[in-house]
Amino acid sequence: MSRSSEHEAEIDPVTGYETTGHDWNGIRELNTPFPRIVIWALALAFSYSVIAWVLLPAWPLGRDYTRGLLGLDQGEMAVEGYKRLAAVRADWLEPFADGDFAALSGDGSLMARAMPAAARLFADNCAACHGAAGKGGPGFPDLSDGAWLWGGTPEIIAETLRFGINSTHPDTRISQMPAFGRDGMLPPEDITAVADHVLALSAGKADADSPGATIFADNCAACHGEGGTGGLGIGAPVLADDRWIYGGSRDAILTTLKRGRQGVMPAWEDRLSAAEINLLALYVARLGERDAGAGQ
Amino acid sequence: MIRSLSLTERQLALTLSVGLTVLGLAMAAAARQGPMAVHGGMAMALGIVLVFAVGGALYDPDVTADRAGRYYDDPTRFGIIMSLIWAMIGMGVGVWVAALLYWPEATPLWPWTGFGRLRPVHTTGVIFGFGGNALIATSFHVLQRTSRARLADAVSPWVVLIGFNLFCVWAVSGYLMGSTQSKEYAEAEWYADLWLVVVWLLYFALYLRTLARRNEPHIYVANWYYLAFILVVAMLHIVNNLALPVSLGSTKSFTIWAGVQDAMVQWWYGHNAVAFFLTAGFLGMLYYFLPVRSGRPIWSYRLSIVSFWGITFFYIWVGSHHLHYTALPYWVQTLGMTFSVMLLVPSWASAGNAIATLNGAWHKVRDDATLRFMFVAAVFYGLSTFEGSFLAIRPVNSLSHYTDWTVGHVHSGTLGWVAMIIFGAIYTLVPQLSGRERMAWPRAVEWHFWLAVTGTLIYVVSMWNAGITQGLMWRAYDQNGALSYSFIESVQAMAPYYLLRAIGGALFLSGAILCTLNTRATMRAAPEGAVAGDRPLTPQPAE
Repeated sequence: MSRSSEHEAEIDPVTGYETTGHDWNGIRELNTPFPRIVIWALALAFSYSVIAWVLLPAWPLGRDYTRGLLGLDQGEMAVEGYKRLAAVRADWLEPFADGDFAALSGDGSLMARAMPAAARLFADNCAACHGAAGKGGPGFPDLSDGAWLWGGTPEIIAETLRFGINSTHPDTRISQMPAFGRDGMLPPEDITAVADHVLALSAGKADADSPGATIFADNCAACHGEGGTGGLGIGAPVLADDRWIYGGSRDAILTTLKRGRQGVMPAWEDRLSAAEINLLALYVARLGERDAGAGQ
Repeated sequence: MIRSLSLTERQLALTLSVGLTVLGLAMAAAARQGPMAVHGGMAMALGIVLVFAVGGALYDPDVTADRAGRYYDDPTRFGIIMSLIWAMIGMGVGVWVAALLYWPEATPLWPWTGFGRLRPVHTTGVIFGFGGNALIATSFHVLQRTSRARLADAVSPWVVLIGFNLFCVWAVSGYLMGSTQSKEYAEAEWYADLWLVVVWLLYFALYLRTLARRNEPHIYVANWYYLAFILVVAMLHIVNNLALPVSLGSTKSFTIWAGVQDAMVQWWYGHNAVAFFLTAGFLGMLYYFLPVRSGRPIWSYRLSIVSFWGITFFYIWVGSHHLHYTALPYWVQTLGMTFSVMLLVPSWASAGNAIATLNGAWHKVRDDATLRFMFVAAVFYGLSTFEGSFLAIRPVNSLSHYTDWTVGHVHSGTLGWVAMIIFGAIYTLVPQLSGRERMAWPRAVEWHFWLAVTGTLIYVVSMWNAGITQGLMWRAYDQNGALSYSFIESVQAMAPYYLLRAIGGALFLSGAILCTLNTRATMRAAPEGAVAGDRPLTPQPAE
């Protein structure tokens, strides 16, 4: 195309529109009339906005803002929504608030409505540590095996839930396995001997006359019970069975003896309602009653 | 590339390189340890390399007198190469972290391989590295062609490109070392932010200086978009990154914004990064390369100008739609929502203008994969801006917010629109800059097109499904008013979509690898001293 035509309007043969006469390195533009539909679309979108501005909180006015004809308030709406939901839940959740577990478990229709909700509550709050089926994992107790550190009644479980173990709550349960090795409470050869004794206890083949048994009686039985049978309700596990929190290998037991253990369970009192805690306590107690093997 | 500088320009370049070395040394000395010291070392190493490179060519023959009569395309070539290198890094890390979401147990044990550090490497790598370099490179090309003027000087385009890439490397390597401001798309620490301000203002000045020398009476609309991109990004970057460093030798800084104001400033920045980095600049690219490749005039001059002002005016209001149902006051949310809806009109007007421009060139769209990239880009631009306005409506957002729908929406924009228009521009530019008719491997362009389209569709559709599934599962209650699903169930439900997403991303990445190899082959096949085979620059006084 010749240079002289660059700044003159031409008719585009495809569309029939004139060009604007601009030319940039061969780029031209059509002088198409402004499409009517864009104006209509803009009018429509603007009307929508005006309606929204009239109805909803919208424009700032110094320290205030236009409230809108609907008088909506985000905070109030959230509280109302919560109350509406709480009303739907009230007839099956409220009975749990007082914690009369015997009466609650006896009410079959109530349990049928509440337990599925408890399962979701467990999955959202407990499963991250204790596993989806409550089977625990390294460092986290199995809740389904019927073996309990503090006791397996719903009342005791509810208290553990409320206050936690080694938690930041003032009423927390406190339980510590001392670091016998690191803190120099036992010489290394005694630790090895007592570890072997613990292994034998777990296997049911303990020799009461072994040196390990003496060391155990002097240092461990106060918390874990004579013969490692536990049951004192102070958070010290039974050792005379094959269930372990931190692992039952010789290495794991030696690590426990040398470095101690201070497992933490958070306090849930400020996070869940009393009714929800009692609901979960009953759910967890039932996990234990179903026993290992029955789980999926 | 140094021989394209005049003798005095080489002296200036040498001085600047020494300056960079000293700056790096000062940073490393002030920080002594941590990411800032490493970054000072990087700047020092780069400075020394540049000192030797420039110093070695200092007394080579001077440039010939006819230089002023040619466009300056070396920076554009360099920018395209850097863009594709960053595409490999950014998209590669993207596919890797997408795979980690499906196989989380595959995360190695080193801290720098964790999802949290790699995710910003992906976003910075693709947005700033891939997108930013492509924008700078094409802006230099478009600016010169549509102004019929050579870049105002020969040193500042290099300072802009090298400085910008140093920022990207600082940012990305900082994340790997655990350094972050924890602001999405603005994670780089204070000293890198300050550096970018200097680089960016130089870029703005270069753009204006060249525009002032133009030999065309009017400023083409693409330049309006590029200018909006440069100017508004500078403003956003400065305001959102206002921070106080712990000390001048410390990597760590604290933002001056607090609470919900901080959130609002961050999303004012975040959404306008989408608007002015990922939209305005790329519309500039579209408005140049689409008519050039199709050989068709822009369908409506009026629409292009009105849409430009519509987009710049409406976009700046909408950031608050990222904060629906939060502590942000309701009235701010309403404004964000309504302006988002109005924004759809100029957005669709732009997409429609682009598609209508192809009238009379549909046979080329069918036959030419390069033009097809641009057509698909315009279609995805239309789709994702519709989706964006839709998701900004508060009740819709209550379903989509915090779900993978957002991720799908972003990728329909970035893969379908931004990356497609970049590839269209690269396939138009690279042969031209290499003095050839077409790419070295024309069939590979066709392959790339279908890999990119398939990858994008798989990615976006899987994330739509994932997001809507999540949103519905989270809000489902049973007849007793208890949640129907636990959160972990909604995570488990994502497995097939996350697998599909990783596959879609891998397809897209393989297309980009083809593009990189094809570009390399084309540039290598260029005859020595090839010049762009387009209209020569002949100075002509403005009317």
